Amino acid sequence: MEHSEILHRCFRCGYCKFPSNYIDLNCPSYLNARFETYSPGGRMWLLRAWLQGEIKTSPRFAEILYSCAACGNCVEHCVFPKFKDDLLNAFIAGREELVTTGAVPPAVRDYFKSIHLHGNPYKAPEADRGKWAEGLGLEPYSGHEYLLYIGCVGSFDERGQNMARSVAGLLSNLGISFGILGREEFCDGNDVRAMGERGLFEHIARMNIRKYQDLGVKKIVTLSPHAYHAFKNEYPGLGGNFEALHYSQLLAPVIRKAPFKRSEGPTRVTFHDPCYLGRHNKEYRAPRKILTAAPGVQLKEMERSENDALCCGGGGGNMFTDILGGGPDSPARVRVREAARTGAQVLAVACPGCSRMLSDAVAAESLQEVLEVVDLAEFVNRRLAFH
Amino acid sequence: MEEIYKELAAIVGERYVSNQPEEKFIYSRDPGTMEPSDPDFVVMPNSTEEVQQILLLANRKSLPVVPMGGGLVLSGLTRPLKGGIVVDMKRMNRIIEVNEKSRYAIVEAGTSQGMLQAYLKKHHPNLKHSVPDAPPIATVGGNVLIHGSGHLSHAAGFHSEMLNGMEVVLPTGEIARLGSCSTSPYWFSRAPLPDLVGLFLGWAGTTGIATKLAIKLFPNRALNDVAVFVVEDAELAPDIIHRITGVGLAEDVTAWMTPKPDWAEGFVHININYSADSKDELAWKKNLLRAPLKKYMDEKIGGFMMLPAPMKKPFLEAPASQLTRFADTRKGGGFEYVGAIMPVALFPRAHQVGLEIAERCGTTYSTGARILGAGHCMMFFYAYPFNRADASDVKRAQVALEETNRAALEMGGIPWKAEAPAQKEIIKRMDENTFDLMNRIRGILDPNRIMNPGNWEAD
Repeated sequence: MEHSEILHRCFRCGYCKFPSNYIDLNCPSYLNARFETYSPGGRMWLLRAWLQGEIKTSPRFAEILYSCAACGNCVEHCVFPKFKDDLLNAFIAGREELVTTGAVPPAVRDYFKSIHLHGNPYKAPEADRGKWAEGLGLEPYSGHEYLLYIGCVGSFDERGQNMARSVAGLLSNLGISFGILGREEFCDGNDVRAMGERGLFEHIARMNIRKYQDLGVKKIVTLSPHAYHAFKNEYPGLGGNFEALHYSQLLAPVIRKAPFKRSEGPTRVTFHDPCYLGRHNKEYRAPRKILTAAPGVQLKEMERSENDALCCGGGGGNMFTDILGGGPDSPARVRVREAARTGAQVLAVACPGCSRMLSDAVAAESLQEVLEVVDLAEFVNRRLAFH
Repeated sequence: MEEIYKELAAIVGERYVSNQPEEKFIYSRDPGTMEPSDPDFVVMPNSTEEVQQILLLANRKSLPVVPMGGGLVLSGLTRPLKGGIVVDMKRMNRIIEVNEKSRYAIVEAGTSQGMLQAYLKKHHPNLKHSVPDAPPIATVGGNVLIHGSGHLSHAAGFHSEMLNGMEVVLPTGEIARLGSCSTSPYWFSRAPLPDLVGLFLGWAGTTGIATKLAIKLFPNRALNDVAVFVVEDAELAPDIIHRITGVGLAEDVTAWMTPKPDWAEGFVHININYSADSKDELAWKKNLLRAPLKKYMDEKIGGFMMLPAPMKKPFLEAPASQLTRFADTRKGGGFEYVGAIMPVALFPRAHQVGLEIAERCGTTYSTGARILGAGHCMMFFYAYPFNRADASDVKRAQVALEETNRAALEMGGIPWKAEAPAQKEIIKRMDENTFDLMNRIRGILDPNRIMNPGNWEAD
């Protein structure tokens, strides 16, 4: 197994369970399950035991591996600089081994099947992929400065679709040159990779790369931080060298020029850093710059923000497989309670996956009357004079 | 066993009980060198009443019970040597009350050091507790119960001495409150009542399960600083420590000896941590703490290290993460140490023993000490890193640890949080009537001997 050489070096000290201020547990799967086995250190030791034959392949073992949300909190807070960067890579490598042995949990198997059969995890017809854009008058990509890549959640999930429409509308209104692929778009494969299906990911990536190259795409702006991560960090290794941006990074430098309406009173906003934008790619300023550009916005940071942000629990495929599980200690519910404690009226998000997870959590916590989950673009759109 | 599983699930909820191989594997061991021993079940209670129900069930079924906090003791005390139920206490992590004026906090036993530290910083920034140098997931309860020590131990001694009282579930299921909280709504002190708290301190979980504790808090001053006094001759360490602790202004006094980095080789370094509310006060304390060491500086025998800010940072960090990083010394993810409690006067001999054992065992020495109280005693530690992937290296560390435990006892010290084999060595030297009294107490508290069996037992 790749990275197996670091497994025994984990001391299981548990720094990885926390944010840097220790205010609460910050590893999503450990927070929810509480058994040591579900902590990053537990996973390291179990993987080693499994490779050495001390424990057998089992549904429980597979569940433990797949409950990791790939949020990178462990990488961020591990105190061993010489191998910390490969912690998450080791977990993904362990999943790759499980894929090879055909022992993945049924929900993971179904996810892969759906990608193979339908091209998306929603089992939806690919012909519907471009429906989110109907009636918006967006141009198909053809030599525009940017390809706006929407991804599976933005294409098929209702909240994701709303977010896609908001982002596309805002980019149009700001005069940014972009085109879309509509039904010709395909899954970016980031979660396929995180779930350990390396072969399928590479196939998807190469297919996308070929398509983008044929179209002459040079710059891609993404709706989802997951896709941004894949295009920025994984595609280059497969020959796909595009300039990748998350939509917040494209908007941040131009947002001050946007024609904002006068403030109708202060709005208290807190921002949830998406893992693939924040911890994985260190972009913390752009979303905040967008939010604070709007008149009357009071930004209220949560106790855990930026590199300490608590993941919504949807990463690593968990948004689709739900292996991490629900309940009051599920990271999304813990997160919206934390957001509500800031006194914010708006929980701003920048990822369609986070938007779905946190919206559901707001409902589960009966916080609809006090906290609204809104993506950055929608937040800005509501405050623009031409909206 | 299936029936017991169902009963445990009925107590704590199915998602918080396991008899699966994965949990059995992880809970059979800790990061130290002791051999693993599998539990039959792992449970995670969420209340004192659930702990009570678990103990009543264990008594009915004659099942061993092993309470566990952070699981970071390193000497294997939470391994279930006779199987049974490991009770992971970390779901019980509520901070129940902070009494600002009386400077104490009441916490559930599974509250982590890190979360209490963060809670105080946020809600009571003028207060702090004594933080041990264990990682932040270590529990407040676990560290108190093993007679731990930390960053205020020069000021206030062992963490067990900072304990105002506690709630415990006795092995037979009764819930008892000890200290002032037994009689008053306030958890302010163990005095003036008969002190029953000692029935649960240092017993390695063999007398019951602590569920709530009240610990003393201390002023958290705005400015913190550290000075490091360096001397070559370890024979001088007791006098230097005596002089520093005599001033009575430091919060923490620790010593460290290691050949890495190169500039540290051959020296005894004594860290003096202190704090103040103003720059003037800090300067005043600095001068007072330096004054008694002037003799050694004038004679060019010792001196204070030049410490630029980046070098001070790790010495001011609580907990000190660099101590955890020691586990990667041999790129092997492991270390264990003997922490022997002994008089400060034994410092030179203890250090010499460390050098000799390290040489015999083919490892580099890494020793040090934390001073407890006003030099009343010290925890002298001998740390041995090992490569977990190399069985012979683990064995080498085990041998070094055993040898160190024996040496500590021979020189008049007592191994702290001793491994089960080291406990037997202690018992061999213990006054017979004392050990007899321990057994009589255990017999009364735990008639079915369900609590962490295999610990504090003679051969």
